Amino acid sequence: MSSAAEPSPPSRRRRPQGALSRLVSDPLGLAGLALIVLTVGAALLADFAPFEPSKLSPANRFMAPSGLHWLGTDNLGRDLFSRVLHGARIALAISIGATALSLAVGLVLGIVAGFGPRWLDSLLLLVMDAMNSIPTVMLALLLITYTGPSLWAVVLVVVLVNGPGYARIARTHVLALRSAEFIEAERALGARFPRIVFFHILPNILGPLLILAAMDIPIVVGIEAGLSFLGMGVRPPTPSWGTILFDGFSYIRDSVWMVVAGGLPIVVTALGFTFLGEALRDTFDPKLAKR
Amino acid sequence: MLSYIARRVTLAIIVILTVIAAMFVMMHAVPGDAVRTALGPRASEAMVEAYRARLGLDQPVWVQILRYFGAILRGDLGQDAISGTPVLQVILSQLPDTLYLIAGAMLVAVIPGIHLGVVSATHRGSLFDRVTSVLSVSVMAVPSFVIAIYLLLIFSIRLGWFPAIGSGDGLADKLHRLVLPSIALGLAWIGYLARILRASMLEVMAENHVRTARAFGISQRRIMYDYVLRIAILPTITVLGMGIGQMISGAVFAEIVFGRPGVGKLVYDAIANRNYPIVTGTVLLTTGFFVLVSLLADLLIAFLDPRVRNVISR
Repeated sequence: MSSAAEPSPPSRRRRPQGALSRLVSDPLGLAGLALIVLTVGAALLADFAPFEPSKLSPANRFMAPSGLHWLGTDNLGRDLFSRVLHGARIALAISIGATALSLAVGLVLGIVAGFGPRWLDSLLLLVMDAMNSIPTVMLALLLITYTGPSLWAVVLVVVLVNGPGYARIARTHVLALRSAEFIEAERALGARFPRIVFFHILPNILGPLLILAAMDIPIVVGIEAGLSFLGMGVRPPTPSWGTILFDGFSYIRDSVWMVVAGGLPIVVTALGFTFLGEALRDTFDPKLAKR
Repeated sequence: MLSYIARRVTLAIIVILTVIAAMFVMMHAVPGDAVRTALGPRASEAMVEAYRARLGLDQPVWVQILRYFGAILRGDLGQDAISGTPVLQVILSQLPDTLYLIAGAMLVAVIPGIHLGVVSATHRGSLFDRVTSVLSVSVMAVPSFVIAIYLLLIFSIRLGWFPAIGSGDGLADKLHRLVLPSIALGLAWIGYLARILRASMLEVMAENHVRTARAFGISQRRIMYDYVLRIAILPTITVLGMGIGQMISGAVFAEIVFGRPGVGKLVYDAIANRNYPIVTGTVLLTTGFFVLVSLLADLLIAFLDPRVRNVISR
């Protein structure tokens, strides 16, 4: 077999034994995990938040952090700690959901481009190039101008921004695998297209794509928060870290704690997923480490 | 070389045309009725129809496509829905402020980024290298608008070192007000550049000509800056080309947070006023700008790197 560069079929040998312990022994990976546990914990505990996140309490406006309101209250008297906990739910749901959807879309497009006729491949590549040429925020603003701000618009933006990247990588792998000997053999044995895709192509390309997706999650958290900050994502009164940050920005001279409450969770989550992504990449895929 | 330039320029033109087509499709395919969104829920049927006719949306789709392409290729991006001024003129009047901001951010990013990359590569595995690597990843991860707000809070509002709002009058004032937004926009790129440059330098350092230079006893510093950096810097040109595109996105936030005029602020306000021609015009123009910068970066590399040049002319 002359195809050293080709991705080989998955085998147990390639999965390093005790990968988790290696991940945890990397200080960056450990820090990442700790920060993610904090974020996920916040999302899980949101039901036990001390206050109703959207309950207005005009008497308690602009209260500094205290034993009762751990992160203070905002311009409408809402408890910021409770809002941050619920915001974690929104941030995680959108970032993981939208990333999964972009991954699915990217995989389908990549497989279509890789297996399809040459003209379709070229057309898809061209359209993906064109999409990537539009600056992200501009693309988002354009779409949301037409759809109106909503949670789904944010998801659509993420799919349009991240999908082409996954499609490209999937396509490259498909092209490399398509004529690999084990696929040829499978075909000679009479395997149909779906079997080849689901049992041979997907297992081979999912690994690197999942690592890239993990590294994209902080970007998606940023997109959601950023669009909500601009008033074009999650609609009030639903608590999003971006809207909390925008409220804080509007009253930045009066109350520092609002900006801290809105911004810090974004920083923690972004750092957590980035650190974990870096460590994951180094642990599982040294080939990607140069990227 | 000429055929390479021709090929690359053609590709850029095709990409732009595809973007225009994609924008057309997007405007027509997204769920929801743009006209109704624009006019609000209380608009009567007659108003909706009249607005539709004004935008040419009552014509068959192929007529709309032809008109759309034709107008854009003539440089006609439509009229500002409120003032009636040509969109191109409105955008061009805001462009300089955004370009100053991007230039400032580049300055913030390039000088420290290059030096950090060189020192990290030279002292690979050292404490400095590891700290730089973690810091690089960290500044890349945090969204620029969060950095912008914290910079505003600390350096404008708490310490009072920098004015909080506006782009200023006179050179000194303008530069003074450019500092914080440029840092907010450029900080992440220090990390990005340092990282790319470190990887690229490590690759070049393993090459034969560097070993030969070492064998001749040339000083480490000279080898790093004269022999390695000169080649290793090339990939960063591509990255910077892409960076400018990303910075247009970041500029939207920096302009809003620091209350600066510019293309980002323009499009943000246009959305609030449902001023569609300004929104689509800005998106098209910034995309064109981005494609142009990437094209220039590619051509510059072809011109600077003899290895690429030889591959191309062969």
